[in-house]
Amino acid sequence: MDRRKIRVLVAKPGLDGHDRGARVVARALRDAGMEIVYTGLHQTAEQIAETALQEDVDVVGLSILSGAHLTLVPRIKALLREKGLGDILVVVGGIIPEEDAAELLKRGDADRIFIPGDSLDSIIEYLRGSFSSNHTL
Amino acid sequence: MNNPMDDKKKRGSLAARLKKWQDKKNVLTERKSSFETVSGRPVQDLYTLIDIENLEYEKELGFPGEYPYTRGVQANMYRGRLWTMRQFSGYGDAFDSNRRYRYLLEQGQTGLSVAFDMPTIMGFDSDHERASGEVGRCGVAVDSLADMEVLFDGISLDKVTTSMTINGPAAVIWCMYLANAEKQGIGFEQLGGTIQNDILKEYIAQKSWIFPPEPSMRLITDIFAFAEDHVPRWNTVSISGYHIREAGSTAVQELAFTLADGFAYVEAGINAGLNVDRFAPRLSFFFNSHIDFFEEICKYRAARRIWARRMKEQYGARDPHSLKMRFHTQTAGCSLAAREPENNIMRTTIEALAAVLGGTQSLHTNSMDEVLALPTEKSAKIALRTQQVIAHESGVADTIDPLAGSYFIERMTDQMEAEAEEYFRRIEELGGVLSAIDCGFFQQEIADAAYRYQKAIDSGERIVVGVNRFTSGESLQIELLKIDPEVEEKQFRRLQKLKETRDNEAVSTRLTELKKTARGGDNLIPKILDAVRVYATEGEIVAALKEIFGVYREKPLF
Amino acid sequence: MDQLVKELLQGNRRAAARLISNIENDVPEKRALLQEVFPHTGNAYVIGITGAPGSGKSSLVDCLLKKIRRDGLTVGIIAVDPTSPFSGGAILGDRIRMQDHALDEGIFIRSMGTRGSLGGLSRSTREAIQVLDAFGKDIILVETVGVGQSEVDIVKTADTTVVVLTPAGGDSVQTLKAGIMEIADIFVVNKADLSGAERTITEINIMLDMKNETQWRPPVVRTISVQNEGMDELWQELRNHKHFMKESEKLLEVRKERVRRELTEQVEYLVKNKIWEQVREGIEIETLVDRIVHRRLDPYSAAAELLEEIDFL
Repeated sequence: MDRRKIRVLVAKPGLDGHDRGARVVARALRDAGMEIVYTGLHQTAEQIAETALQEDVDVVGLSILSGAHLTLVPRIKALLREKGLGDILVVVGGIIPEEDAAELLKRGDADRIFIPGDSLDSIIEYLRGSFSSNHTL
Repeated sequence: MNNPMDDKKKRGSLAARLKKWQDKKNVLTERKSSFETVSGRPVQDLYTLIDIENLEYEKELGFPGEYPYTRGVQANMYRGRLWTMRQFSGYGDAFDSNRRYRYLLEQGQTGLSVAFDMPTIMGFDSDHERASGEVGRCGVAVDSLADMEVLFDGISLDKVTTSMTINGPAAVIWCMYLANAEKQGIGFEQLGGTIQNDILKEYIAQKSWIFPPEPSMRLITDIFAFAEDHVPRWNTVSISGYHIREAGSTAVQELAFTLADGFAYVEAGINAGLNVDRFAPRLSFFFNSHIDFFEEICKYRAARRIWARRMKEQYGARDPHSLKMRFHTQTAGCSLAAREPENNIMRTTIEALAAVLGGTQSLHTNSMDEVLALPTEKSAKIALRTQQVIAHESGVADTIDPLAGSYFIERMTDQMEAEAEEYFRRIEELGGVLSAIDCGFFQQEIADAAYRYQKAIDSGERIVVGVNRFTSGESLQIELLKIDPEVEEKQFRRLQKLKETRDNEAVSTRLTELKKTARGGDNLIPKILDAVRVYATEGEIVAALKEIFGVYREKPLF
Repeated sequence: MDQLVKELLQGNRRAAARLISNIENDVPEKRALLQEVFPHTGNAYVIGITGAPGSGKSSLVDCLLKKIRRDGLTVGIIAVDPTSPFSGGAILGDRIRMQDHALDEGIFIRSMGTRGSLGGLSRSTREAIQVLDAFGKDIILVETVGVGQSEVDIVKTADTTVVVLTPAGGDSVQTLKAGIMEIADIFVVNKADLSGAERTITEINIMLDMKNETQWRPPVVRTISVQNEGMDELWQELRNHKHFMKESEKLLEVRKERVRRELTEQVEYLVKNKIWEQVREGIEIETLVDRIVHRRLDPYSAAAELLEEIDFL
């Protein structure tokens, strides 16, 4: 039996406390058979990167609604790279204007951005698609 | 009132007619298999006199301005004075926000409402490492009295009322406002306004807590006591359902949890030795207005009735002001969509109308772009204009509580009251609000509701126009407000300069005194006031209190 | 030697994390990895912490960490949460309480789902302990939800077992399964500021009186983890028990028992694999299944027949 599971770190970087999205997504991913490591609120970039390392996750999911995404996401991605974890998928959800999303994607700081109105299924499909059978974990 | 249903014969015949109508109607197909409100409450096809046959007019409704206030807290409601149009705003540094406030006042806004940035909300100064990237982002950065002075420059604090959305560090920010008034030469007794100061809903929903519940409750009762003696016109807490709803609750959960919080504050005040009729008149509420029009109207009407009844019967309040639930409303941010954002104007209009028909005392209408960023000046203006059109053109403000007596409205108001009472019973069983928070009761209820709601949208069962139906695939074409990244740097330098020029010895003495008081039991407000007067920063004061009080951690619930 | 194991022994955190994943995922080279890890184990002291959901285990661990670190010891933490039997997914939320320690290099935290094991312990928990042991952690804390089988599991795994109870909910100790009394080396009554704490403590003591253990009577420590109270006492009692285990040679005894069990399991595992390998090569299981389902054969004779065919019996 294949016991591999997609492991996702769901984290809220920065100071905003709006965790409705993060919790709903965590629950949906669990129901889709994934393992979610939840760090809770108010995490620093350093905490998130180190947690990603210790938990050996495949995906880092960041929920940001405070407008600080252009500061926080690149910082987290840089720390991941520093730790040799550049291959971890970075997915961002929240209030991210299109222009900013384009910039994060272009610079390679994020692999995918989801905004309010995107369905849970679209997130699940994206993650499953990213870890199809040829993906080595 | 002579209820026509008293007549058994008439009732029988109406029931028979209704049955006949239903039989005839039931052969017709309906466009959905079930009809539910946005909260999942089933909605009947038709409501008739039978649904409100037990309604006793004087007992359940009464007259506006009279117990149990179902029809409104003022006798003449909007025929006397319209609701306060209070648009929540703030961004960048104090200079930026001051400009926006002056603009809004010129446009006819009648009260101010300050949005603070996340570092301020969490009790960090702009130069703290945790603040980086967040200074001035979703509100204005206020580090010290110096920022407060700039924020209200040219605005006389006895001429406006100001609402401040601040909770964990509410006492500190409030003291800065008071100290600023002092500098403007205005007495505390002339000040009017509101601090949100509702820490319970932070643990339940909004998650911007700092200290653990017990010291937080102490800060709140200290504010009650200080206001009672010195700032009598100030609303000391705005008990908020808004964030509970935004976190994903149903309408009844919003209603029940908010009122349960309210009763918890009342009990805390009474237990702190205060007279209920001295502090209860200064409690105010803050509700959400979601998209389900009638359910929201019923929620407000039920809220007023429950509050009045409990305050009178359970807490022995006698002053009518203690029984009157006054509330602010904000349209639902969570009902807005990022796709085709112009549609948000219509959503907000419907929600604003519900708030007005529900008898709100003040209202914030969201701007169409708030789901993407802080509002631009243009979108903020449209939002304000929405209220002005409702107030001055639609005619809905011309008669009081116009929907009263509607079979549907009265029936649903009753139902919501009963369901809220059921929640109160469960909270009681868990040992009250604090222990219910401790065992994660509210958090779990809300998380479940949020998940159900999202699932309903994903499955298409609940339609959101332009999102999961009638989509155009158009990308976003509206202009967004940009926060200048310079703000952080500017604010940083300003704070550094302040720390160099102020009397640092006085700051450290007053912080030491504050800690001493925190360890003991005396009222903390005078000590905080002393500290802000010498320009101790918010971060310094909060850090001092954290040393004594500790910090709160959340519950792992999904 | 495997590169990951080499890096693990050099103190590379990422290697430790990867190794645990490989073990959890049952990679083909798992046994080889564990073989290489084994010689470097046996130095860590393993403490199991179990208790009902909501008893405040994670907060307790958070507070305890501060004490242990102050004494200069390094810690590995394995936090186990249940995997959903329906979806196979899990939300691992124990870290929420421990994130203050995320950047402490002397601490390594790993969350694990039970992934289909029956008890509260992940199937791979024991192996993960070995990895963290070889990684050089002085103390390994295993935190698990105490439901049913896990209580037994944790005893099989830990040198000292702490059972966390709360006075909340009016649960009487007597209503708890008798098993819980058997496994505890130390009792913690957390949230001891709640009403009913005294009663809980008294009930535990009465039960301990009846048990009349002469060698080690489990102490009852009262804590209020949100206020960081009682942690010094708890840490002291943990050290006391460790001392007792070493002095009385009990430690050797339980470790021998553990090795015996592991040896048995490994033998069974190898035999089972070997047999199935041969069976699968030579025999059409499906035809047997068909015959049994149609009642032309019974499963007892079928099993014997099968083993005869591969010359096992």
